[in-house]
Amino acid sequence: MNSAASNKSLYGMLAEFRNPKELVDAARIVNKNGFKKYDTFSPYPIHGMDKAMSLKKSKLGWIVLVHGLLGFSGALLMISFMMVFDYPLNISGKTLFNVPAWIPVTFELTVLLSAFGAVFGMFFLNGLPKLNHPLFSSENFKKATNDGFFVCVESTDPLFDSEKVHKLLEEAGAANIEKIYDEI
Amino acid sequence: MSKTYEYVPEPALVKGNHDFSSITSLITDINLRPTPKGWYLAFAVSNLLLFVMLVSIGYLVWEGTGIWGLNSTVGWGWAIINFVWWVGIGHAGTLISAILFLFRQDWRTAINRFAEAMTIFAVMCAGVFPAIHVGRIWVVYWMFPLPNQMAMWPNFASPLLWDVFAVSTYFTVSFLFWYVGLVPDLATIRDRIKSKTGKFLYGVFSLGWRGSNRHWWNYEKAYMILAGLATPLVLSVHTIVSFDFAVSIIPGWHTTIFPPYFVAGAVFSGFAMVLSLMIICRKIYKLEDIMTVDHIEKMNIILMVTGTMVGFAYLMEFFMAWYSGVEYEKAIFMLRATGPYAWAYWIMIACNVISPQFFWSKKLRRNVTFTFIISIIVNIGMWFERFVITVTSLSTDYMPSSWAYYSPTIWDALTYIGTFGLFFTFFLLFLRFLPMVAVAELKGVMPQADPHNYDEETGEYTPHEVIVPEPKNESV
Repeated sequence: MNSAASNKSLYGMLAEFRNPKELVDAARIVNKNGFKKYDTFSPYPIHGMDKAMSLKKSKLGWIVLVHGLLGFSGALLMISFMMVFDYPLNISGKTLFNVPAWIPVTFELTVLLSAFGAVFGMFFLNGLPKLNHPLFSSENFKKATNDGFFVCVESTDPLFDSEKVHKLLEEAGAANIEKIYDEI
Repeated sequence: MSKTYEYVPEPALVKGNHDFSSITSLITDINLRPTPKGWYLAFAVSNLLLFVMLVSIGYLVWEGTGIWGLNSTVGWGWAIINFVWWVGIGHAGTLISAILFLFRQDWRTAINRFAEAMTIFAVMCAGVFPAIHVGRIWVVYWMFPLPNQMAMWPNFASPLLWDVFAVSTYFTVSFLFWYVGLVPDLATIRDRIKSKTGKFLYGVFSLGWRGSNRHWWNYEKAYMILAGLATPLVLSVHTIVSFDFAVSIIPGWHTTIFPPYFVAGAVFSGFAMVLSLMIICRKIYKLEDIMTVDHIEKMNIILMVTGTMVGFAYLMEFFMAWYSGVEYEKAIFMLRATGPYAWAYWIMIACNVISPQFFWSKKLRRNVTFTFIISIIVNIGMWFERFVITVTSLSTDYMPSSWAYYSPTIWDALTYIGTFGLFFTFFLLFLRFLPMVAVAELKGVMPQADPHNYDEETGEYTPHEVIVPEPKNESV
């Protein structure tokens, strides 16, 4: 919507929809038309959106698994180094490899590392934290965290064509369409 | 044949005529509007209590643990009681946020943020005690596997060390879980706040969240994994806390019932604390539409169930003591009920076993004032439970010649009262600056959130109607 946007590159086309159903329908239309670089925005996760956007299964589970295994083996290695090799601690004449007594700490460290994997892995997969984003230049987009439902088709998509995308979104029932510029 | 059945819908999770934006303003306006005067007053009182805690800890460091009422027979007193009490309170938050999430109990969204915050602050209060009770606080880092001047490592076969790992992991994971839930809501405040500092701070802590569904997709996965991790974690934490007692050979402590019994007690006291805090806050902040009487009723049912489980554990302990045939076990349980601390034992029974039984009555379950009173009574009772376990077993152990009566000093009491200052200082900051209800999650469970609740043709919101079929006439 900015005419003085000559030195700014087009980021994408942002369209607002009235409610979650229209957003899911619009996402399905954009997806069916072959677009890959687009995203939908809503104040809460919408049920069925993954199918409408044909999102692939999240890779997060694997990240968590690797971290969990790291925590598990790391804990066992640490304890056996400390209790068996570096400073053998004889407790009531029991075996030095007293593994049953190590279970609580091993368990806790497995959970701790898995949780790190889940939280930081999720932010990593989402490309967060991010200091700024072209979409934040839109005043209307502030509704996305309140009660707004948005679709944004990005200009980097090979099929992107301002007029065609505008028409497509309009036909999908968009209430408010604007161009988003990337400030360089 | 007439219809002899009817459809009873689940009560609506959000009462009143709310849409997404009215929910947003109902909750986040609390953070945006100017600070109310009453908040300053409450904050001042909390700060005063926090100061009391700091002074009593300062004096403890200066003078040593001799300022407490401990003697050579009873070496564990209020410090361990308060530790277990505060950790136990924390467990309700994780139960609400993780276990009820896995069980798809959507009503949890109204209270989970609140309860998780309580968890974090309660665990902070709990953590104070093991840290300060060590005597030589300046070498407290010996508790952790850090290289030190003795070239020694901590003993990984000791329950006290397990506790260090359990509680610190619990705090970290609860905090991360809480923060992950907060990110979308911080973004909501970022987009609504007017002040420049506010915009900057909420902007930084919301990490650039913009509600992308590609993000939500990973986010929901992370949330579910965290819930799956927090569930065994919370059970393990109080299990390990109970190991502090159960792994020893003191009569009355050395029992296998301790882990489940401690976990049930923890949930019991935690729900009571959530109720006490919630009933005050929903009134002050006018959140009755979100934290409804239906929520209170559901929580009261949990209170009744866990209270009864605790009561069962008390009975079972007696039975096992008798059945074991061990004289010392039998003696300690008789002494609990009839000995020098019988007064504490009967307070415990009255508060924990008898008081929640009132909730068999639906009318009392839905009575807010009555619930508030019971929730306070339960918290007192659970404090006495830990007192009975800790003190009675130690004060009258194997040798009657070493029996001694334990009574706390003013410093025990001041430290305990002071932790309320720590708790409420943080809790008030939370109420002031963070959304106290999970806005995004709450929106997700409203009927308007489901795309199926919209008309196919017009796209207007039309709530789903349940049609109960007429019974078929069948000739037998």
